[in-house]
Amino acid sequence: MIHSLFLINCSGDIFLEKHWKSVVSQSVCDYFFEAQEKAADVENVPPVISTPHHYLISIYRDKLFFVSVIQTEVPPLFVIEFLHRVADTFQDYFGECSEAAIKDNVVIVYELLEEMLDNGFPLATESNILKELIKPPTILRSVVNSITGSSNVGDTLPTGQLSNIPWRRAGVKYTNNEAYFDVIEEIDAIIDKSGSTVFAEIQGVIDACIKLSGMPDLSLSFMNPRLLDDVSFHPCIRFKRWESERVLSFIPPDGNFRLISYRVSSQNLVAIPVYVKHNISFKENSSCGRFDITIGPKQNMGKTIEGITVTVHMPKVVLNMNLTPTQGSYTFDPVTKMLTWDIGKITPQKLPSLKGLVNLQSGAPKPEENPSLNIQFKIQQLAISGLKVNRLDMYGEKYKPFKGVKYITKAGKFQVRT
Amino acid sequence: MTDSKYFTTTKKGEIFELKAELNSDKKEKKKEAVKKVIASMTVGKDVSALFPDVVNCMQTDNLELKKLVYLYLMNYAKSQPDMAIMAVNTFVKDCEDPNPLIRALAVRTMGCIRVDKITEYLCEPLRKCLKDEDPYVRKTAAVCVAKLHDINAQLVEDQGFLDTLKDLISDSNPMVVANAVAALSEIAESHPSSNLLDLNPQSINKLLTALNECTEWGQIFILDCLANYMPKDDREAQSICERVTPRLSHANSAVVLSAVKVLMKFMEMLSKDLDYYSTLLKKLAPPLVTLLSAEPELQYVALRNINLIVQKRPEILKHEMKVFFVKYNDPIYVKLEKLDIMIRLASQANIAQVSAGELKEYATEVDVDFVRKAVRAIGRCAIKVEQSAERCVSTLLDLIQTKVNYVVQEAIVVIKDIFRKYPPTSRYESVIATLCENLDSLDEPEARAAMIWIVGEYAERIDNADELLESFLEGFHDESTQVQLQLLTAIVKLFLKKPTETQELVQQVLSLATQDSDNPDLRDRGYIYWRLLSTDPVAAKEVVLAEKPLISEETDLIEPTLLDELICYIGTLASVYHKPPSAFVEGSRGVVHKSLPPRTGSSESAESPEAAPTGAPPGEQPAVIPAQGDLLGDLLNLDLGPPVTGPPLSTAPVQMGAVDLLGGGLDSLMGDEAEGPRGDVSGSPAMGGTNFAAPPAGTMPANLGGPIGGGLGDLFDLTSGVGSLSGSYVAPKAVWLPAMKAKGLEISGTFTRQVGSISMDLLLTNKALQVMSDFAIQFNRNSFGLAPAAPLQVHAPLSPNQTVEISLPLNTVGSVMKMDPLNNLQVAVKNNIDVFYFSTLYPLHILFVEDGKMERQTFLATWKDIPNENEAQFQIKDCPLNAEAVSSKLQASNIFTIAKRNVEGQDMLYQSLKLTNSIWVLAELRVQPGNPNLTLSLKCRAPEVSQHVYQAYETILKN
Repeated sequence: MIHSLFLINCSGDIFLEKHWKSVVSQSVCDYFFEAQEKAADVENVPPVISTPHHYLISIYRDKLFFVSVIQTEVPPLFVIEFLHRVADTFQDYFGECSEAAIKDNVVIVYELLEEMLDNGFPLATESNILKELIKPPTILRSVVNSITGSSNVGDTLPTGQLSNIPWRRAGVKYTNNEAYFDVIEEIDAIIDKSGSTVFAEIQGVIDACIKLSGMPDLSLSFMNPRLLDDVSFHPCIRFKRWESERVLSFIPPDGNFRLISYRVSSQNLVAIPVYVKHNISFKENSSCGRFDITIGPKQNMGKTIEGITVTVHMPKVVLNMNLTPTQGSYTFDPVTKMLTWDIGKITPQKLPSLKGLVNLQSGAPKPEENPSLNIQFKIQQLAISGLKVNRLDMYGEKYKPFKGVKYITKAGKFQVRT
Repeated sequence: MTDSKYFTTTKKGEIFELKAELNSDKKEKKKEAVKKVIASMTVGKDVSALFPDVVNCMQTDNLELKKLVYLYLMNYAKSQPDMAIMAVNTFVKDCEDPNPLIRALAVRTMGCIRVDKITEYLCEPLRKCLKDEDPYVRKTAAVCVAKLHDINAQLVEDQGFLDTLKDLISDSNPMVVANAVAALSEIAESHPSSNLLDLNPQSINKLLTALNECTEWGQIFILDCLANYMPKDDREAQSICERVTPRLSHANSAVVLSAVKVLMKFMEMLSKDLDYYSTLLKKLAPPLVTLLSAEPELQYVALRNINLIVQKRPEILKHEMKVFFVKYNDPIYVKLEKLDIMIRLASQANIAQVSAGELKEYATEVDVDFVRKAVRAIGRCAIKVEQSAERCVSTLLDLIQTKVNYVVQEAIVVIKDIFRKYPPTSRYESVIATLCENLDSLDEPEARAAMIWIVGEYAERIDNADELLESFLEGFHDESTQVQLQLLTAIVKLFLKKPTETQELVQQVLSLATQDSDNPDLRDRGYIYWRLLSTDPVAAKEVVLAEKPLISEETDLIEPTLLDELICYIGTLASVYHKPPSAFVEGSRGVVHKSLPPRTGSSESAESPEAAPTGAPPGEQPAVIPAQGDLLGDLLNLDLGPPVTGPPLSTAPVQMGAVDLLGGGLDSLMGDEAEGPRGDVSGSPAMGGTNFAAPPAGTMPANLGGPIGGGLGDLFDLTSGVGSLSGSYVAPKAVWLPAMKAKGLEISGTFTRQVGSISMDLLLTNKALQVMSDFAIQFNRNSFGLAPAAPLQVHAPLSPNQTVEISLPLNTVGSVMKMDPLNNLQVAVKNNIDVFYFSTLYPLHILFVEDGKMERQTFLATWKDIPNENEAQFQIKDCPLNAEAVSSKLQASNIFTIAKRNVEGQDMLYQSLKLTNSIWVLAELRVQPGNPNLTLSLKCRAPEVSQHVYQAYETILKN
């Protein structure tokens, strides 16, 4: 099981270590640094590294490496999932998962790590339970604590810990009872040079924010549940009801959580909301090239497309770019060779475009590959797959909750090859 | 106000200051001080000097303070064991606290303090906590047993904690069950032989119930444990699969992958015709694809596993090619894996999707490793799917036009392989021309060698082939061996095709290879060609230019046995490294090989053992080779037929001991015979009466009662002349000890078994010129404990040229030592001249006991119970007997036919036999009318004996 954890920042400092069994020397991280050096990019460090006596399984999140040390055969996915859970918890507790936040709260971090894992076995990882055991830091609480001398560690056994619904704490009380659902869909797509879709799928999630008193039992039904044939559920969902009736029936955790995630893949179902016209070319034996892209709406279901950003990783030989946008603003970082064009909304009357010259390093051979365009956008009030919530019913409690559903479509990994 | 304030210190006397604060009366101040200590500890500062002061803070009702002190203790107890003992009292008291949270915390912390003195005090509280009324405490205690086992395994066993832990598997609370399973699995990992997780249908049912109710992590432990279970038939397998399938929709990817493992494993047992089988296949695809939308680290592990799954069951993901398309900002380790899987999935049906287009896109990316692999992938597609070959070749040519050096080189290597699969017809002429244009840019040995191969192989179509090859020849000695060898071969080919203009060239290369090079490969090959050419050019042409077999399409598949084993390890490190755990996990002592369950049909198995598992269904995959660990072992086994060296006997009571032929046993023989260990040389003239016993020379104990064996031996002496009465087959006597080696004593003999007694029939001949007397015999320890049951009785001195026939009764109660070969018997014979040693092999059938007939039901159960890798198959050639004759012949030697079935004109005989040491051997003998060859399948828990049993079969049947 998980033996030790090292937190390492981008400059290679180990700024926190925690051991759940015997102490493993920091020097084990040398193997990690070696691998890091070999991988040109931080993102390319392999997640599983073997060393003579241990295995290092790591994740890279928020510019930090979470490196765990393993000594026996353990499912690596288990370790990776757990590490992500640790990062999520820090995020949840401190508002951000950064070196500064962790150092500022080092004692809480230690308490959390101790509570999350025992002898390498996960103990309590549900945010609801952890928050009962160790209260998150707030300015108010630290003031109150220092006056009253009370502690920020709960001293009773969390109620949810052993019940059949470990994700929910008992005795939840709200004056305003609310249940909100965000249906968020991301389009992952690869569009080829000619504009046809090579690959497209929708990754959807339904995130919930539930603030309901007592033990509410909810049923969420859809107009078109057939769309959901590949789903991953939060443990609270009753699988049998879904199998038989295609209804999501559950007793929710308190607060924010991800209810389901799903994937819609058959290609004809995926509408591509934008198109790109592009003309990027580099002249042979000359130190310049042309760059010209235009973006327009395609199948946008009559909604406005907003928050459009295009990022392009230009080839290494590009020195600088001289462009004029008809809309928005652009930046080019000559060090990382990243071109970012922030467009905003598309108005169909006048399509945004970005044109100009590319300066190349003189004498260098012209780049043989054209860069891919990475596009970000957002469409409010639309789930591009067509998924629609039908109704939400609540059982088990008497009050009338306020209910709301929001839809949003975003670009996920949306790439256009040129 | 953040914790970083704890790091700031202004004065030098930091430790001193902390000490004062720790001893403060104010609770709040104390707590702050402990926090400062912990903060210092986390950054590696040594605050161990504060140990007594911190421990003093332990007795508090403030839980946070208590937890902080515990954190400190866990860190420093090891370095201050004597002081740590001060904390024990508080721990023990806390274990009795009314608050379950504190009880659990205390037992948990104690387990983390790896100090022997503290561990001693842990046992009692732990025992109580394991039976605590509160499940939270029980589940914490369960993990604590694993901790304790890690510190002191013996203690855990002595205190009986393992049994308590096993009981917790039936706990009413699912979390307790999950933790007990996790703890047991961890303990079992360090003790692979201990049967800790003894799974049976009842406990499986409990685990499946707990599976639905416990946390995600608990589900992983339970699923991994389930995967080790072997369902008794396909119905049970199906019902487990049905209850595991919902886990595929879990949000935690580790749960999903563990569930996939269970399903992949148990699917083996389901019949392919079942509707459920195809439903299950369909259900497996979506969750696997979903794993690919997770974080890159998760994707990587998922992809490594999918790589295995795709090889085992390509049908699951055959429609999902597109999800493996590479995104330009995927991490490189994800890209390479995706590409690998794309190639594996490529087939005629989906080749249009991958086609060269997608791969060509990859070949223009930036990352060199990835680009190279993409180019290789194009070639692999071409080789795999013939329809795509032309398109792939033209894509490769396009890529060559880019003139990017490494792309060109890689493309040439790949085109060479394509040619080896599809020899170029006229339409590829232009390809060769394009390739030749790029000759100069090649600087990697592999690419140069590939290009040279192409030039040599198709020399007749390349007008200037001689010039091209000659240009390479200039720097011959600077080339790598690969290129040199290829150049030699290519020029020889060229010469054979165009002898007139290339004579000089070939002589040049032959002399370079044979005279100016030290490389043995190159020299040898050079000489071979040289001699071929000088002896018979026509023959040389036939040899060198002979048509070569086409290369096969799948070259890098994982070897099937290994693949099957890896499927059992889905989701583990083994699956990431594609090696069995035994190959890399440190400290995995004697890892048990896992294997996929065989397919069974529960409906048939009740009727006949024929339905019993015999490996994978034929045609589905190559014959299953007994799992022997590494490939090399398998290859050897393949060559030699049945496994000769298997794992050590597990059931047979064989002790391994040092070979001791010249040691104690013989000393006693040579020395004072009076003290012979079992009165072997007693030579009493017991009941036989008819025998005229000569008084032995030494001072013998007057063993007048005589061992019964001796008397029996005498009786057999009488009968042995008459010939064997309905007993086992007796081989003709063979010379065991030639006279030359034994100063004139020649011994020949054989073994017999009659009515339950084994004897060794000996013929002693005196070929010396002097009288021989004082005979005695002794056996070295052997595999089955054969020993003389009576002394060797030679009734009169043996005069020159005289022969005496003796039957020596044997028993099987002697000491046991495994011999190699198994049936080797080392014998020492003494007479008045000297001591002589010889060894002989006894036929195994003398050890087949009379009550070796198994009940039909037992037979069925046992056959199934014995793992498949223990099965060995043999051919008995040229034995034209029918089933009845075979059966009765074998019966005489105590091989019993239990059932007989006629399947499609073949007679299947199911037989059993038992060895003297109670090893059962089960056999299935196939007799085909008109075919003199019999097929024998043997199953035995001690697979080493199979080979010898087979020999016994052969001997009996052929005589």
